[in-house]
Amino acid sequence: MLCQRCKKHTATVHLTEIANGEKQEKHLCEHCAGEEGVMAKTHEPIDQVVKKFVLQQAGAQQIAQLTCPECGMTFLQFRNSGLLGCPNDYDVFKQPLEGLIERAHGGRTQHVAKIPGGKENRHKRQHELMRLKNELEEAVSLEDYERAAALRDQIASLEQE
Amino acid sequence: MDVMNLSDLAKTRGEWLRGNGPHSDIVISSRVRLARNLAGYPFLTKCSEQQRLDIQDLVVAGVNGTDLAGKYHFVRLDEASTLDRLLLVERQLISRNHAEAEGSRGVAVAADETVTIMVNEEDHLRMQVLLSGLRLKEAWSRINSLDDQLEQRLEFAFHEQFGYLTACPTNVGTGIRVSVMLHLPALRITGEIERVLRAARDMNLAIRGLYGEGTEAMGDFYQVSNQATLGRTEQEIVEEFIDEVVPKITEYEIRARELLADQKRTVLEDKVFRAMGLLKYARTMSSEETMFLLSQVRMGVHMGLLSEVTLETVNDLFLSIQPAHLQMIAGHKLDDEQRSKMRAEFVRKRLTNHQNN
Repeated sequence: MLCQRCKKHTATVHLTEIANGEKQEKHLCEHCAGEEGVMAKTHEPIDQVVKKFVLQQAGAQQIAQLTCPECGMTFLQFRNSGLLGCPNDYDVFKQPLEGLIERAHGGRTQHVAKIPGGKENRHKRQHELMRLKNELEEAVSLEDYERAAALRDQIASLEQE
Repeated sequence: MDVMNLSDLAKTRGEWLRGNGPHSDIVISSRVRLARNLAGYPFLTKCSEQQRLDIQDLVVAGVNGTDLAGKYHFVRLDEASTLDRLLLVERQLISRNHAEAEGSRGVAVAADETVTIMVNEEDHLRMQVLLSGLRLKEAWSRINSLDDQLEQRLEFAFHEQFGYLTACPTNVGTGIRVSVMLHLPALRITGEIERVLRAARDMNLAIRGLYGEGTEAMGDFYQVSNQATLGRTEQEIVEEFIDEVVPKITEYEIRARELLADQKRTVLEDKVFRAMGLLKYARTMSSEETMFLLSQVRMGVHMGLLSEVTLETVNDLFLSIQPAHLQMIAGHKLDDEQRSKMRAEFVRKRLTNHQNN
């Protein structure tokens, strides 16, 4: 078999890599393997090479085991069904998902279109609520009950919106 | 919630089959669909039955706050008969998956059938506007407005980077699926259809049959839709269809029709009139065969070869001869053999006596 990279020399290094849960085979000559950094330059001891390889495998294992704390979906389950379990999965599986999303959407990974209309307002409201609640705590601790009552009413009316 | 009498549906044509929109000789219908999920709920793979019910209630309440209020029916598919569900599939109002799935799920159907909202399909909401002819801009503007109105009452799962979140990452971002149903009979006769479909796939488009994913291209109907949903605006995706995708493919079909008319007139006429002959005289016909023959008659009408039948009749027949529609019209269940017999009879009557329609 010829080296996949230079297509000149005989491939003597055969590697099976698992990246993002996908198996990839590589067949390289010694020179190209060195250049790609997959193989020991002659002085790198073989145990170092093995260690690197094992670590890589462990990485793939770790990704497959990623589990969403909210819905319990694992990345492996997702790979088998093609469907995610909850919105939070997009963050938990973000790293391995990004490559997949990039391929599915012609190299794009950033949303640039419509956003929910009420979203900005909701965010603002949540910030406002947090600020008011902090102020209320402060007012209570300072025994400023008049201010506390006013803040309490403001919070109640915001929460009702 | 309104109860819908589905057997009444079977007697009507539905907006998208009116066959009178722009470019309707080739573009049968235009559809824009949005996928949305409610924030605070898992996707359907992880939903409990109670959560499915909650989602359904929330969506119905949401729809009642839009301008669809009072002008739609909600059909609970887990309670509907197999025949009713199949009828909705044949009318392009729900997907085959939605018809055959399990658990609480339903569909809101606007009275004129141009708008449907599937609840608890692959995503919590799959809403579509379906119109006859090439009317993608109108379809987008209407579905966008419905989405805006729903967002007043429902909070959709949204991510700063990935946009609207969907159960399958291939729909993430805009959640938009823009599609046109094209009728391409001449390309099949000239043998160019595969080449054209390959070119379309190279433009990163999905090509499907009449009833969506995994269905055959019956009667020379092809659904062409976008695949990428992230990283471009909805308008860009819609405009690409209007400016590039549809003109390119229809141009091929137009040229194939011209070529047949100019250089192979006898072949063309023979196909159209043979189809008409079979439809008028056969005594038993499968839906596949009927679709195939109607497809050639439809082309014949558009090319001015046939004046004894109107386009409305042909368009009507495409729908009426489907299994669920036939059984609804008959008013009772029919087995395969009975259907084939009734189908042939129904078509024969409509074509020999079409002025009485």
